Amino acid sequence: MADEPIISRGFRGRRAAAGRQSRIPPGQYEERDFPVLSAGPTPHTPLSKWDFTLRAVDGATMKWTWDELQALPHENITRDIHCVTKWTKLDTVWEGISVDTLVGAAAARGVQTAPFIVAYSDGGYTTNLPFDDLAGGKAWIAFGYDGKPLHPEHGGPARLLVPHLYFWKSAKWVRGIQFTAHNEPGFWEVNGYHDRGDPWREQRYTGDP
Amino acid sequence: MTDGSDVAPSVVRPRRIEWRAATITDVIRETAHAKTLVMDVPNWPGHTAGQHVDVRLTAEDGYQAQRSYSIASAPSRSTLAITIERLDDGEVSPYLTDALGVGDRVELRGPIGGYFVWEPSMGGPLFLVGGGSGIVPLMAMLRTRAALPAPIRGSAPATLLYSSRAWDDVIYRDEVITLAEDPGVNVVQTLTRSQPSGWTGFTRRIDADMLAEVAPAPSLRPHIYICGPTALVETAAQMLVELGHEPARVKTERFGPTG
Repeated sequence: MADEPIISRGFRGRRAAAGRQSRIPPGQYEERDFPVLSAGPTPHTPLSKWDFTLRAVDGATMKWTWDELQALPHENITRDIHCVTKWTKLDTVWEGISVDTLVGAAAARGVQTAPFIVAYSDGGYTTNLPFDDLAGGKAWIAFGYDGKPLHPEHGGPARLLVPHLYFWKSAKWVRGIQFTAHNEPGFWEVNGYHDRGDPWREQRYTGDP
Repeated sequence: MTDGSDVAPSVVRPRRIEWRAATITDVIRETAHAKTLVMDVPNWPGHTAGQHVDVRLTAEDGYQAQRSYSIASAPSRSTLAITIERLDDGEVSPYLTDALGVGDRVELRGPIGGYFVWEPSMGGPLFLVGGGSGIVPLMAMLRTRAALPAPIRGSAPATLLYSSRAWDDVIYRDEVITLAEDPGVNVVQTLTRSQPSGWTGFTRRIDADMLAEVAPAPSLRPHIYICGPTALVETAAQMLVELGHEPARVKTERFGPTG
């Protein structure tokens, strides 16, 4: 076990510019591109067959078609994003709909929130979050990136955007949110990755603090 | 709540994957741009083919950088090999490939990842598609298979479709040829940029026709692992699904720049 870090003689490293380095969480480096990381093939669901579902613990649901979703108020979001594979990209620009907006509309139809959620996607991907990590202006259903429709490789037509956590929590190709009474670990969370994934606490893998 | 369901179940907290000091015992030059570091890692818990490790470098002023590297070696309790492609403008890989030698120490933690993995109990057939240094986790799978007793090995036939730019860019070139001497292993290579004289393999990027020709039939339900640059992975995964392979059996690992 390494109690003291081993100094790599002659290693200088490449720090981000002043003012930017403070925005790079521990163990991350600044990336200017937008790498693609997915566990399987990219699904392609036509917008005419796409919908988004919020489902309460008791089974009450609310569904939006693509057009219904687009009719809700859009927000422009500029945030830094952090992938557990070590890259951080600063000032990414997204367009989407706040999860608060969806939850508010659903509440009016009797779809109640719960302490946890599982987001689920085309292709079978899932990820779990405490509802607190979505509520209060912290999460969006994003369908625009950098002024253009979100590319399928990056999760289009729509992905969850939870920029304050490692990016695997921002489920690509998202199709719905299931509220759950208890925490139910998702795809990466049962495959060795941390349950919550706060980049500033470096919660990468199962067992990290 | 009234029935005690709000009482948290007793959970055994998983152990943190700790940083370990690894000592380099061998450096193998694979190509002009890729080197393998063979390391002795005390108390290494073992791993499964396809998993990776995080490597951490610390500068003299305390600045640290981490990168993930796929494990190249078959599971072993003490020895671990990673193969690193040198990215000329990278932050970490030039140091690993140029500055480190036998006896030097480096910090790593792992093994990490539970999805892009193959273990012998999963059986076969295996269809491995690799581009460039994407071969590394696939080689760990082939080495794992090669170390099995013959009867078990025979039940897991493997096909490797391996894309490189040129003959001199083929990582593990000799070993790949040796592996193909096993009747249960079929190695198909494509060299996309230039080919030596007398080359009989493919000479183009991986495409639908090539996959249709090389891949085990969907009815055999192969375990498919694809690793390489994004464009290769996207193309191969999409086409294999179109050829009738179940999306859930197509496991991918893409890399962007990991300098």
